[in-house]
Amino acid sequence: MTGGMIALDRHPLALRAWNTTIWVLVGFFVLNLLAMIASVLVNSFGTRWFNTWLPAGFTTKWYFSAWAEFQLGDILIVTFQVVGAVVLLSGTLGVLGAYALARREFPGKRLVMLLILLPLLVPPLTYGIPLATVLYQFGAGGSILGVVLANLVPTVPFVVLVMIPFIEQIDPRVEAAARVFGANSRQMFVHVLVPLLAPGILAALLMVLVRTIAMFELTFFTAGPSSQTLVVALYYAVYAAGVRAPQSIDAMAVIYMATTMIWLLIALRFVNPTQLVTRVKKS
Amino acid sequence: MTMAAMENPPLRLRLAAMGVDNVTLLVLPAVLFVLALFVYPFFYGLALSVEPLEGAWYANYVKFFTDPFLYDTIGKTLRLAVPVTLLCVFLSIPIALRVRHMRNQRLLTTILVLPITLGTVLIAEGLLNYLGPQGWLNRTLIAIGLIGGPLQLVHNYWGAFLGLLIAIFPFTFLLTLSYVTGIDPALEQAASTLGARPWARFRHILLPLLAQGLTVNFCLSFVQAFSVFPTAVLLGSPAGSTRVISIAAYTAAYEAYDYSLASTIAMIMAGVQLLIVAALLSARGLLYRGPMGGAKG
Repeated sequence: MTGGMIALDRHPLALRAWNTTIWVLVGFFVLNLLAMIASVLVNSFGTRWFNTWLPAGFTTKWYFSAWAEFQLGDILIVTFQVVGAVVLLSGTLGVLGAYALARREFPGKRLVMLLILLPLLVPPLTYGIPLATVLYQFGAGGSILGVVLANLVPTVPFVVLVMIPFIEQIDPRVEAAARVFGANSRQMFVHVLVPLLAPGILAALLMVLVRTIAMFELTFFTAGPSSQTLVVALYYAVYAAGVRAPQSIDAMAVIYMATTMIWLLIALRFVNPTQLVTRVKKS
Repeated sequence: MTMAAMENPPLRLRLAAMGVDNVTLLVLPAVLFVLALFVYPFFYGLALSVEPLEGAWYANYVKFFTDPFLYDTIGKTLRLAVPVTLLCVFLSIPIALRVRHMRNQRLLTTILVLPITLGTVLIAEGLLNYLGPQGWLNRTLIAIGLIGGPLQLVHNYWGAFLGLLIAIFPFTFLLTLSYVTGIDPALEQAASTLGARPWARFRHILLPLLAQGLTVNFCLSFVQAFSVFPTAVLLGSPAGSTRVISIAAYTAAYEAYDYSLASTIAMIMAGVQLLIVAALLSARGLLYRGPMGGAKG
């Protein structure tokens, strides 16, 4: 390794070769990724695809059969109910919590921060089964309520962490001024803080939305037959492949992709893509 | 105001002086929520794991570590998670160092965010098509004459490996990129002015500054990879080489309905993650004890 690197230093040609290698690697990764997505898309519109580069013909019939076979109408309604509730609740709890953490220094604040950080550091699969057991214990397992509660575990801390820097950059004197003019706490929140924080709240909630649609593990562990979201239904369909036509499963996969992509595209107008990942850096 | 009142101000004022007032209380709902749905279930699981269906309190732990069908899952998970994490972290460094100078950075990061947004289930379904014996990858490799017959890339170790790689790499890369772009470019320019060549600049300027970030990145990517589930089930061979620990936990809970054993496996899973993360963080502390600063953000 070191020998090669020293050679790089001396020869501009070697440096260029090194750079080219990196771009080839990136290109190879992106190409495979896009080809993988394209193969799902092409298969969902194909009539019969065997032993050729492309399907024999194209049709949209799989979308109708997938819609009927998998009861996608019901699943989409459940998905939007879950996502809507998670966005609203994590927004409320998260923004309030972030406000307290951004504005006050109090004893035990570091402990509170650690507590809020933990659910983001531990992958859902690790705590999913104990969480599901507790939810079943209290009768919330298998219902939409259980799915919503489970999905809030990573999203409430996520909103808190995203919102703290947004709140910190608002001048506290703005709030003091509102107080001077006689606003009570609720009025100050609704008429002063929320409008000022709107871009931050919008960004945080859009990210919660995108992440909740794709959140497989927690929903999988807590959902019952009538509270499955789209991603869990897709998992069962792929798991039981062979029961349905593969094109039908891919049609469902495309519908799933469309529901996440629409929100991702909207989210990307307000946030930098890296923000979807670098959630723990600012802590 | 009397002396007594000054010495003994009301509790409300004393709390306010410590920073606890109505505003501070706004953090309570979030804290109670995390306590009720994250901390409590964890301890509930811990308690459940020492209440086995039969035998002494440690029976489940004994069962796990004596039954090869169960304890082998740790090795199988590590065989999948460690190479993928290492590959992702090491590949992400040179690529991030190049990409930070790129003009269309946002386009690339958007493409890379796609697999994170789509999630592991969709990646698995896509790769089943794409890597399958009739898939485009095998077709292309045969067409350009690299291989004679199709490679078996799904329903085995390599299927799970590639699926995990596609799921984890964007995550690792975007984290590395955020650390790399946080380093003040002036530091490198200064080193360059003083005659340091690219490798020396990387070895003596960038690497020490990145060490902390890369360790955190490795830990985060590793715990994600270690809890692999849909990828191992759908793309791997869940009864064989990719019977990972999460599959064992799932089977115990939802097929055998032994929630006690399932909680035990979940606790062991958390324990292994914690051990490896702690080992990495302390190893980093031994290797590098310089200042952590120098980064912008």
